[in-house]
Amino acid sequence: MDFPEELKYTEEHEWVMIEDDVITVGITDFAQDQLGDVVFVELPEEGDELEAGKSFGVVESVKAVSDVYAPVSGEVVEVNDELPDEPELLNNSPYEDGWMIRIKVADTSDLDGLMDAEAYQEFIEKE
Amino acid sequence: MIMKKTPLNQLHRDLGARMVEFGGWDMPVQYAGVIAEHLAVRSAAGLFDVSHMGEIEVSGAQAFDFLQYVTTNDVSKLVDGQVQYTALCYESGGVVDDLTLYRFAADRYLLCVNAANSDKDFAWLQELQGKSSLKDCELINRSPEYAQLALQGPRAAEILAQLTAVDLGALKYYHFIEGNVGGMEMIISRTGYTGEDGFELYCKTGDGAPLWQELMRVGEPLGLVPVGLGARDTLRLEKGYALYGHEITAEIMPLEARLGWITKLQKGDFVGSDAMLTAKEAGLKRQLVPLKLTDSGVPRDGYPVYCGEKEVGYVTSGTMSPSLRQGIALALVDADLATADAPLEIAIRKRRVAAERSSLPFV
Repeated sequence: MDFPEELKYTEEHEWVMIEDDVITVGITDFAQDQLGDVVFVELPEEGDELEAGKSFGVVESVKAVSDVYAPVSGEVVEVNDELPDEPELLNNSPYEDGWMIRIKVADTSDLDGLMDAEAYQEFIEKE
Repeated sequence: MIMKKTPLNQLHRDLGARMVEFGGWDMPVQYAGVIAEHLAVRSAAGLFDVSHMGEIEVSGAQAFDFLQYVTTNDVSKLVDGQVQYTALCYESGGVVDDLTLYRFAADRYLLCVNAANSDKDFAWLQELQGKSSLKDCELINRSPEYAQLALQGPRAAEILAQLTAVDLGALKYYHFIEGNVGGMEMIISRTGYTGEDGFELYCKTGDGAPLWQELMRVGEPLGLVPVGLGARDTLRLEKGYALYGHEITAEIMPLEARLGWITKLQKGDFVGSDAMLTAKEAGLKRQLVPLKLTDSGVPRDGYPVYCGEKEVGYVTSGTMSPSLRQGIALALVDADLATADAPLEIAIRKRRVAAERSSLPFV
């Protein structure tokens, strides 16, 4: 399983790529493996305001429905339009083609609490 | 509670299967992935461990009379070596379990029942026998003595033929024969739960793992893959087959679940027949309807079904069909809406998704 060093991670198994005050969010390799074949993805719309810790979308595999949570508060500035038609991108390329949304972060200090790759791997081993 | 394990449990773990609890059993839900396993069964072949299923023997001079009394289908239609899909019901007409009935001889039968219902079914049969005059038949729970593997898919016969001298060409659908496969004696039944050609093999518990390994050895070059419960569910749902606890329960009559074809009300009195006749004369209130989503989304058990603003029923089973790449569902709805033209919608979280009535099978 792959956990790129340059990304940050949440306890809800999302990854976060930080570029100044804009972050890209997706689900981790661990999350996609646990879910199994993803068959449906529901995303917010550009311009939606997200609140930290609240569900911003849904990922469904054949057997399960999972919410995806906003790591921080902010505004959705871009969504991955490929995902609704190709939900399997979340399985095949969780960190690249399977990215979900980009958020303009309201307060960048909120990003300080995210885990690095090493901390995240320790976290999932304990789960 | 300690989960029961089939004799193949370690083998599944060694294959890297994801294990889940199902009906009190520790079972593989997937190996490579539900969709790949599903498609392999449709195009080549899949091997399933279904050793969790229960087997109950009914034998004796009154075995036929007893089974004719406790099951919904007409046992008189069966000949030796034939299998029948049937159900056990309560006096209320609700379903105790659905099962396959094997006739070995006029006075010897085997019932293959759902894992989670096995003990309940056996107790129900004992209770019914206790209350009836049909004492001259013996009920034996043989579940611990059998392992069961299902070999399913268009290449199943080609694979099995490599391990047996039995003339599989002469073994018709819903028939069985006792024979030798890979040096092991077993029941070879041309039945299954996938809608594909295939076999269910009932062998001695200890032969379960060796049989699996032999089948994989000869089958893998022909595309045979291990298949878990995840794909078992999507495969059966694409064919519209009922699953106990979903389409049929103690609160649902077979007639409501499109199982009129196994409910032979004209055969004479049987357990549940009075209630079913009464319900039929009054007009059934609910009917199972196959639905296909016309927009994206995955219907799931329990999601409400709407006609306009009125809630008219609920989804009993739903999934994304791996073959169609479309949401499919079976839903129990007000009977007059099962066949009408009025548009139906399934509520998926905050959305209402249009669903069109379909015929079965979906695929």
